[in-house]
Amino acid sequence: MSKTAIIIGGGTAGMETASQLARLGVEVDLIEKQPHLGGHLKNWDRLFPNRRNSDEVFDYLEKGMNDGISLHLNAEISNIRKSEEKFTIALQDGKELQSDALVIATGYEVFDARKKEEYGYGIYDNVITSVELEEFFRSNKQKNLLEGVASKRIGIIHCVGSRDEKAGNLYCSKLCCVTGVKQAIEIKELMPDAEIFCFYMDLRMFDRHFEEMYYEAQEKWGIQFIRGRLSEASENTDHTLLVKVEDTLTGLPLKMKVDLLILLVGFVPSPETRRLAAMLGLKEGDDRFLCPADEHTITNSTEIPGVFLAGTVKGPAGIANTITDARATAIQVADYLK
Amino acid sequence: MKIEGKQNIWKEYQKEIAEDHFFYVRSCVRQNFFPGSEKTFLRILQYELKKDLFENPSHTTCSGIGYHTDIIPFETSMTMVARQFALMTEAGYENLVTSCITSFGLYSEVLETWHHFPELEEKTRQFLRKATGREFKKPANVSHASDIIFKFRKEIAEKSKYSLVNKDTGKPLRVVEHIGCHYSKMFPSKGIGGAEYPYVLVGMIEDWGGEVIDYPERRHCCGFGFRQYLVQANRGFSISCSKKKFDSMEPYKPDMILTNCPGCPMFLDRWQYAISEMEGKTYGENNQGIPVLTYEELAGLVLGYNPWDLGLQVHQVPAEPLLDKMGIPYDPEMKFRGADGQDLGKPEAPTTLKFYAKEV
Repeated sequence: MSKTAIIIGGGTAGMETASQLARLGVEVDLIEKQPHLGGHLKNWDRLFPNRRNSDEVFDYLEKGMNDGISLHLNAEISNIRKSEEKFTIALQDGKELQSDALVIATGYEVFDARKKEEYGYGIYDNVITSVELEEFFRSNKQKNLLEGVASKRIGIIHCVGSRDEKAGNLYCSKLCCVTGVKQAIEIKELMPDAEIFCFYMDLRMFDRHFEEMYYEAQEKWGIQFIRGRLSEASENTDHTLLVKVEDTLTGLPLKMKVDLLILLVGFVPSPETRRLAAMLGLKEGDDRFLCPADEHTITNSTEIPGVFLAGTVKGPAGIANTITDARATAIQVADYLK
Repeated sequence: MKIEGKQNIWKEYQKEIAEDHFFYVRSCVRQNFFPGSEKTFLRILQYELKKDLFENPSHTTCSGIGYHTDIIPFETSMTMVARQFALMTEAGYENLVTSCITSFGLYSEVLETWHHFPELEEKTRQFLRKATGREFKKPANVSHASDIIFKFRKEIAEKSKYSLVNKDTGKPLRVVEHIGCHYSKMFPSKGIGGAEYPYVLVGMIEDWGGEVIDYPERRHCCGFGFRQYLVQANRGFSISCSKKKFDSMEPYKPDMILTNCPGCPMFLDRWQYAISEMEGKTYGENNQGIPVLTYEELAGLVLGYNPWDLGLQVHQVPAEPLLDKMGIPYDPEMKFRGADGQDLGKPEAPTTLKFYAKEV
């Protein structure tokens, strides 16, 4: 009789882990609380650094959803029990699933920008998040982002909810920098006469081709990068925004008017990740992401035998790294099930 | 502007405010700046709301201004605060109400410090014991006097004789609100509505019929900022801060400015005069400036108190345009007369700011 694994979370990490495990002959139950697979990938329009359509990556992941994988969509977990090497998961619809191994791939959610009250998200009309901008790109590609606005000056704020002690998140979300650069270029493609200002603390262009994108943004598109953190945004009578920033390279305070403010929201562990961690007794780090058994050498297993981690439950990661991590998890699970 | 967004934030920042039996501590400076305000607070609480309120004449400065200007060490401030608590304990009270925002900030800071560093509380107890022989209990509740007026704003509205409505147009008066930094910028959770979109004054304005103005420099410093004014060489910063606010609020045509700090009304009021003398620039209609009131003064006006009993005659920017809009009667001849009717003499009229309805 073949061995079984339950994967919780049908985003990039969960889909790829499921696909690889099925390929290795493991029977997989993939549980997703949404009515569809894909997680956050479905919200992205194009991916950095080459700006390919995110649907292409989703199509690749979906092709892996073959025989050997039972999908459970719209499925909420009410309880997990472990007994005699077996995991039993009770779903809210009364169904029960059993397996020999469990993979937590419940990922992240974006930082709730309303917590940075001084930026006015949810209060001022023209403050949006990077996620909302992606939604706009996905659904309104032919439209101007700022219809009818003459000046079209846009501010992009980096590190919203990341590297921010006040927000309770000391960690870097890693991918907001490159997302900001990507989105700035995409806005310029849509609105060549827009003026774009990125307000950053550091630009952490850590991965391949990221630095090149940053150069392209400046040299080809004339996007301006100002080192300084936004102190506050206020609304003018015409619904434009007054932003106050300290330019830390010149050491001078800066005040300017923008038509639109885009907040690059960082990663926080999803509530489901935290709920399952509490249910299973998994260890959370200071940053509230889950801890693997060893930070360097055993990055896909946990201290609980049979419980594995995949993707952004362990911290911020991009699509490519998430897929690589999911494959590593699949190998670890298969090895454990031998 | 999405008001629901603000309401969501306001829900986050609620605080416990005592219901009755208050130990009231006065401000060092307010009785000079706005002499009717504290008296009006007592009148409202004791005579309108029938609350029990006690004050001890042995109460001293809390040392907050000295502390924030680096001339009094924190240990001294903690001991002075401990002495105020001892006076409260001796009188049998446990709900502290401060008139001053800086006192409120300092009391909150000291209690928070003791919470995190209990050894400092013990050390302070020893200092107080050695210096005065007194003992104290920490207050069960610390509120600013504006919290109390906020709490009872609806009762005040029920008893009101006038509201923040223009009697000629029937439209709500447009009000700029400005809270003191030490009210909630130090500890957002200790202020109603938090630090970014404070609700304490907004609640009063809304319940008394007015409309709040949101203007770009709403969060900017009033101009006091302690060292900006207390260090004489820095006073250019002080007046330019106030000017920045006036310039920013001017297009919204505010009918008045409402404040809850000793410093804010002082500087927002007096600097309007100074700017008018320096640059010939006035704000508000007919060169009359924008009246600046404390929340006690406004509550008193709403309740129908005589404007001259509230001390409005010591304002540099005349409050009469506001009184006219609210339909509040007043006797211009009594503005500069003492309680016994004695003529106190009229101040000299400013060059540009229209201080008298008819120039004297």
